[in-house]
Amino acid sequence: MRAFFHNARVIMFIAAVLPLAVFIFPIWNVTLEAPQYPTPLGINIHINDFSDVNPHDIKNINLLNHYIGMKYIPDAIPEFKIFPWGIILTSILGIVISLKFENKYFLYWFILMCLLSAAGLFDFYLWEHDYGYNLDSKAILKFTNADGTALAYQPPVFGTKQVLNFTVHSYPRLGAYFLGFGIILSLYAFKLSKNLKLDVK
Amino acid sequence: MKHYIKKSLLIFLSMLVFSACNNLSINESTLPSSAAEKVYVPPGEHDEFYAFLSGGFSGQLSVYGLPSGRLFKIIPVFSVDAEKGYGFNEETKDLLNTSFGRIPWGDSHHPDISQTNGKLDGRWIFINENNTPRIGKIDLSVFETTETIEIPNTAGNHSSSYVTENTEYVIAGTRFSIPVPQRDMPIDEYKGNFKGVLSFLEVDSEDGEMDLSFQIMMPGFNYDKAHPGRGKSHGWFFYTTYNTEEANSLLEVNASQNDKDFIAAVNWKKAEEYIKQGKFKTMKTNYAHNKYDESTHTAKTEWVKEVKVLDPAELPGLVYFLPTPKSPHGCDVDPSGEYIVGSGKLSSDVTVHSFSKMINAIEEENFSGEAYGIPILNFEAVHAGSVKQSGLGPLHTEFDNKGNAYTSFFISSEVVKWKLGTWEVLDRKPSFYSVGHLMIPGGNSGEPFGKYALAMNKITKDRYLPTGPEVTQSAQLYDITGSKMELLLDFPTVGEPHYAAGIPAELVKPRSKKIFKLEDNKHEYATLSERDTKVVRNGKEVHIYMTTIRSHFSPDNIEGIKVGDKVYFHITNLEQDYDVPHGVAMIGANTSEVLIMPGQTETFIWEPKKVGVWPFYCTDFCSALHQEMQGYVRVSPKNSSIKLSWSLD
Repeated sequence: MRAFFHNARVIMFIAAVLPLAVFIFPIWNVTLEAPQYPTPLGINIHINDFSDVNPHDIKNINLLNHYIGMKYIPDAIPEFKIFPWGIILTSILGIVISLKFENKYFLYWFILMCLLSAAGLFDFYLWEHDYGYNLDSKAILKFTNADGTALAYQPPVFGTKQVLNFTVHSYPRLGAYFLGFGIILSLYAFKLSKNLKLDVK
Repeated sequence: MKHYIKKSLLIFLSMLVFSACNNLSINESTLPSSAAEKVYVPPGEHDEFYAFLSGGFSGQLSVYGLPSGRLFKIIPVFSVDAEKGYGFNEETKDLLNTSFGRIPWGDSHHPDISQTNGKLDGRWIFINENNTPRIGKIDLSVFETTETIEIPNTAGNHSSSYVTENTEYVIAGTRFSIPVPQRDMPIDEYKGNFKGVLSFLEVDSEDGEMDLSFQIMMPGFNYDKAHPGRGKSHGWFFYTTYNTEEANSLLEVNASQNDKDFIAAVNWKKAEEYIKQGKFKTMKTNYAHNKYDESTHTAKTEWVKEVKVLDPAELPGLVYFLPTPKSPHGCDVDPSGEYIVGSGKLSSDVTVHSFSKMINAIEEENFSGEAYGIPILNFEAVHAGSVKQSGLGPLHTEFDNKGNAYTSFFISSEVVKWKLGTWEVLDRKPSFYSVGHLMIPGGNSGEPFGKYALAMNKITKDRYLPTGPEVTQSAQLYDITGSKMELLLDFPTVGEPHYAAGIPAELVKPRSKKIFKLEDNKHEYATLSERDTKVVRNGKEVHIYMTTIRSHFSPDNIEGIKVGDKVYFHITNLEQDYDVPHGVAMIGANTSEVLIMPGQTETFIWEPKKVGVWPFYCTDFCSALHQEMQGYVRVSPKNSSIKLSWSLD
């Protein structure tokens, strides 16, 4: 019996370590497809960086975006300083919980991680919204909707959307899958320990 | 009466139409319907082969796809090309430097692709210039000329620019013998006094840089065509000769008297030994070696003053002559290296020599005489066989990978397929008209790709819509996979292709660059960001450090330029996206536009002659705002005190 409980701790430990994969793999990817781009333009979003899928993609996305008055994708954003610490601290917390704390804390960690991830996604949404709506008043090309309001170019947070001549895809990448799997695993660790009706200490 | 005339005219007209239809149906029936499918490459798909066709009197090299016959690019090599700024901009003009000065035109002939172990490697393509003897090198990662080298002691560089099976050497050879060194002497003292020089240029295995290693001072014949030995005959080079009569006037008659001229067999491995032993003479000379550096995007000329010369009369084993009938033109070596084919252009036979028989004959000293100290091998001792009565005016032979040879016949206007070893004719197909060269991809290598043969025709007359007295030359594509050749396609060419080189696209495509990296740009006047743009005056010289990016110039307003200034526009294209060049043209510039690839810097000179405000603009439709991509230069009188200023708002 004790071995099983031990397993739940091991699983919780793994769950806590998995999010660290975001330091190796990108979390999200936005890809722009158009006929003139047989090789699509793509941007990978990492925990602490934006990167080109192919060399110079971000530069070329910026070049296209300046026609419609979108801001340049910055080299760095404040989140790149905050998010890595968020991941490191929550991972350490999860590891400590897996080693020392009773199983209900597995659940607390799960909830914490869900909230933080949701906050991260919301931040991504806000950033995209600003990017898509807050346009330069001197933009070269100004398109309007049928009702006369200015056309916005917000890319999707998740999914595929047509933005002018581009089909824009926005989907999670390996880093996000590791993070998500870690979070789910912590819930599983909690369930496992609970089913066995084991208390800590 | 009037009615009668009208009626008969109608009948006549309908007869004309009818006969035209008839002609059409005959023409069509000569081509099986599957021919169209065989050359059709659907939109967006790629051809199987690249074909590089020389431009002859255009001086350039054109790039086609096979089997479609679509033209992709014309690579300027020896002639200026205003379209690309080649020879007009400061970066490329030195590629045209020679000891005769800068020459804006050339006559390009025989492209050949670099090889490794007897197989095409697709790294570089070399091409010779006949008129002002030169060899150019095109780097196939950028499809641009990156080196030209002048060949001294040579006139009419025709037996050129073939490469050995590991690209150890690319060769040059004189078609017109001349006094060497050049001097003032009576022309009719040609015989015995004029010389024909063959050149060997070592090719650096890393960067392909050419270096004129040595020359061989041959008797005063005309050295027409050449091909390297391969496989067992690697280490040898073979050249056809004509005018062994050494005539200096009315050559069409006087150089056609000998029953046999020669194929000269040169043992270049032996030549290397003699060079090592120091058995050469050093001759004073002066020639231009022009090298384009991809990081500075600029060509520079180096003047070379000396050349090593070998004398075959004093150096045994260096050169042998193989008697070959009737002013042979093409000199072709089969993929195994055993057969050397000499096409006697004034005969109806194709003569084939055997390399192994030649080696035996040399060992046995089976000579029939000598010419200027060079042994002449006994014809019977080297002769492998002849393709008898095969056509009229054989010129060039190419090979497939199944032991067949294909020879072009200029006079009888046909391509003839025959079997190596048995010398029997297997098939013949007409060419439209008067075929010169043939090309099978990999034809000058140990491994031909025997799928297509391309015939290059000298005459087209009625083959296309007429374009006045001057009509195009053409290339004609045959499927050679079956036992009989099948004509698939003909298409017009740029200039007069003398020879071509073909290669599977897969050997070139993956190495083709998309952009030049901005961070690698080491051009003396590069401007790597808009922050660094400026205008600098240095006496009457003004240097504009300008950038382009969609869709503007920086700066785009410039003031303080004066009449009589020499204005250098140094423009860096800051783009780093595939296929986004920008062009620049300035009203009244006596140079051409420049067309700048992403990451590249190019320079043109403008010497303003009139006071006023003058526009410049982008010449390449770069983007949706291309029409807005423009700027102004204010030109003030000579004595004006207006200071230089520049802006972009």
